[in-house]
Amino acid sequence: MKVQVCIGSSCHKRGSYQVLKRLKELVSENGLTDKVTVCSAFCLGHCEDGVSVAIDDDVITGIGEGNTEELFRQYILEQL
Amino acid sequence: MHNMFDTDVQLLKNKVLTAVARHAFEGKLDPVSVMGISKEIIPDGSDPTMRCCIYKERAIIDERVKIAMGGDPEKTAIVQVLPIACDECPVDGMVVTDNCRGCIAHRCINACPRNAITFGANRKAHIDKSLCINCGKCRDACSYSAIIKRTRPCINACKPNALSTDPKTFKAVISENKCISCGQCVYQCPFGAIMDRSFITNAIRILQESENNTKYHVYAVVAPAIASQYDSVPGMSTEKAVTGIKELGFHSVIEAAWGGDMVAYMEAKELVEKGFLTSSCCPAFYNYIHKNYPTIVPDISSNPSPMAQMGKVLKEMDPGCKVVFIGPCIAKKDEQQRRAENVDVVLTFEELQALFDSRDIDISSLPATPLDNASYFGRIFARSGGLVEAVAEALKEHGIPEDQFKADPIVCNGLAECDRALFMKKVGKLENNFIEGMCCEGGCIGGPACINHNPKDAMEVTRYGKTAVEQTIKSAISVLDGFGEEQ
Repeated sequence: MKVQVCIGSSCHKRGSYQVLKRLKELVSENGLTDKVTVCSAFCLGHCEDGVSVAIDDDVITGIGEGNTEELFRQYILEQL
Repeated sequence: MHNMFDTDVQLLKNKVLTAVARHAFEGKLDPVSVMGISKEIIPDGSDPTMRCCIYKERAIIDERVKIAMGGDPEKTAIVQVLPIACDECPVDGMVVTDNCRGCIAHRCINACPRNAITFGANRKAHIDKSLCINCGKCRDACSYSAIIKRTRPCINACKPNALSTDPKTFKAVISENKCISCGQCVYQCPFGAIMDRSFITNAIRILQESENNTKYHVYAVVAPAIASQYDSVPGMSTEKAVTGIKELGFHSVIEAAWGGDMVAYMEAKELVEKGFLTSSCCPAFYNYIHKNYPTIVPDISSNPSPMAQMGKVLKEMDPGCKVVFIGPCIAKKDEQQRRAENVDVVLTFEELQALFDSRDIDISSLPATPLDNASYFGRIFARSGGLVEAVAEALKEHGIPEDQFKADPIVCNGLAECDRALFMKKVGKLENNFIEGMCCEGGCIGGPACINHNPKDAMEVTRYGKTAVEQTIKSAISVLDGFGEEQ
C-alpha cells in the first residue's frame, strides 16, 4: 500500500508535516514498514479541504494532527 | 496596465514578451504571424517615440522578437547585443563641458598626474587625449563640476570587463570568454540594446503539452526574491501572484527557498569537511570563479544551487514532471543550459509578468494562495548575507560545537567585493573560511530581471522570511527523503 501525504503549501500550513511524521511513526510502531510505504507528494488538488492524504488512488481530505490515528486505523489498518 | 517597471526599456521588453507569449498560447508562432508583432506594437500612423522613424523602431522590435523567442540557435550566449538597437554612445572619457568658466585657480591642472590639461587661447581647460588616463582627478578637483567622465553605461555596468566597443562599427560587443551572464548590462543599457535570450515559448509549450497537467505535472519553482516584487506594489502580494501562476496552468508553485534550506544544510556539512568553501548558488559568481580564478574552482561548494536542488527533489518525487524556475536572475538561464539537468526552463520575473499580461491576468484582482514550505533561513538566501546566516544556523542544527569548527565567513555583496575576496584567497591572504559570493548588489533582489528594485527590498525579504511556518532548517526539510533523521 502506498500512502502519500500532500506537503504542498496549503496542506503544510494545515499541519501536513506533522501528519506525515505521525503516519510514519504509526506504520513503524505497528510493524508495517514492509507493507505500507509512507511518502510525501505535491498537491493532490484539494488545497481548500485540509490536509490531503492519498491511499493508493483514493484521496482523503480534512486530515489534521487530531485525526491522523483515526485515518491510520480506518484506511490503513483495516484495508490491509 | 500601469508601469510597474523601473524603466521604459523594461516596459518595451514586456510588450514584446507579452506579444510573443500571446502568439505562443494561440499557436501562432509561424514566421508570418511573428513578423506582424512589430506592427502590432507600433501600428501604422504612429509617430516615432524612440528612434528616427517607425520603420527603424519596427526593425528593432523584429530583433527583440527573435531574442524573445530564444534567439539564433547558433549563438548560445544568454546575453546578446542587438547591434541595430545600440546607439553607439560616445566613449570619449574625460571631457571638459561648457561649465568651465576659465577660472584662474587651475585646480584641474594641478590635480592631473599626467600633465594632460592646458589652458588655451580661450582660457578654457583642454584635455590632451593622448596623455589622459581617465583617472578622474581633474573632475574631482573642479569647483564648477565642469569635467565629466563620458563612458558607456553598459561598460560601466560590466564588472567582469566583458564589454567593449567595436572599433569599426562603434557598437557594443560582448567577449564571451569574459561574460558571466550576470545580465547587469541588460538592465543598465538605456537603449535596451542588450537582451537576455528568452525561453518563454518553451515554457508555454511545456504547459500546453501537459494537457492541463494530465500528461505530466508542471511545477513552478519560485525564487524567494519574489517577496521584493509583488509585496511592494499596492494591491498585489506574493500570494496573489502564486494564484496567478497557477492560473497560467502550473500544477503547483514551490518555493526555491526550500532548496535553499537543503543547500544550507548540506553546505554546512561540506564546509566542516573541507575547511574552506565558496558558495555555489549564484551562477554568475560561479562563472566568475571559473573564468578568472581557476585555481579556486576546487573550493566551490559541490552542492547544487537551490534551484537545481529543488528540481532534483521534484523529479525524484514526481518522475516525468517538468520544472520551470522563475526568478530575478539572467545567469540562471546559463546555469540551466549548462548544468541544471533537473530544471527544464528558466524564466525571469519580467517574463512571468509578460505571461500574466498575455493571459490578461490581473494579479491584484486574484485571491491569495499560500506559498509555504521553506524556513526563514532558506528564504533569506535572496538577500546579501542570508546564505551566511543560513549556514551558521545549519552548523548549529547539525550540532557542531564551535570548538570543533568555527565558521568565519566573508559576505561579498556585488562582484567587486567577490573579486577582492577571491584575489586574497588566490594569493593566500584570505583569513576567512567561507566566501558568500553574490554577483548582484544586495543579492538576488538586485537581480537584473526583477520587475522593480526598491531600497526596501532586503526588508521585504526578511519580513517574508519571518512569516515561514517552519522555524528551523531541519524542520523544513525533514519531511523529504534523505533529509530525515540525522544522516
